[in-house]
Amino acid sequence: MDILQIVSLAIIAALLILLLKEKKSTLAYLLLLFTGVILFTVLITQITHVFSLITYMSNQANIDRMYVEVILKIIGIAYIAEFGAHIVRDAGLEAIASKVEMAGKIFILLLAMPILTTVIESILKFLPD
Amino acid sequence: MLHDATILFQIAGIGIIVAMIHSILKQMGKEEIAHVATLVGFIIVLFIVLNRLADLFQQIKSVFLYQG
Repeated sequence: MDILQIVSLAIIAALLILLLKEKKSTLAYLLLLFTGVILFTVLITQITHVFSLITYMSNQANIDRMYVEVILKIIGIAYIAEFGAHIVRDAGLEAIASKVEMAGKIFILLLAMPILTTVIESILKFLPD
Repeated sequence: MLHDATILFQIAGIGIIVAMIHSILKQMGKEEIAHVATLVGFIIVLFIVLNRLADLFQQIKSVFLYQG
């Protein structure tokens, strides 16, 4: 049932944005941003269910809590960066959008750093010296 | 969900009203007041959107365990 509401809201917002586009493109862009924010706040409640399932399963498989947290953070950063990049790209500013995406990638790499080091160390242990 | 749709229509309404005021004032010859009116409408909508954006980012921080 929820998907119907989301789709109808998106269509209504698209129509309103087109209505405002030729007269006041700045307000149309604000409307676009607002619609993106609404749709994501609706999705976030569903995402919490998925994440609680993921954390529950990882506890069952007694995976180290740090790894799961890093994964969730990476997903969060990826989504925020992609959200911002698409919003800015809709405004027609390609350069800024690519900068936002690059920043997202760098932050993800920063977060993944400790995991990479542990993987490499464990691999080196296997190699006969 | 319905609550968000009403805010969406309010913003669109503000946009249309600001556009009309702008064109009316332009016909009356008061150019600078028209621009000021557009600016005021823009700022009102900006406040509404930024409040929701702040709420969204707060939720994202709590959901994705993001402290950075």
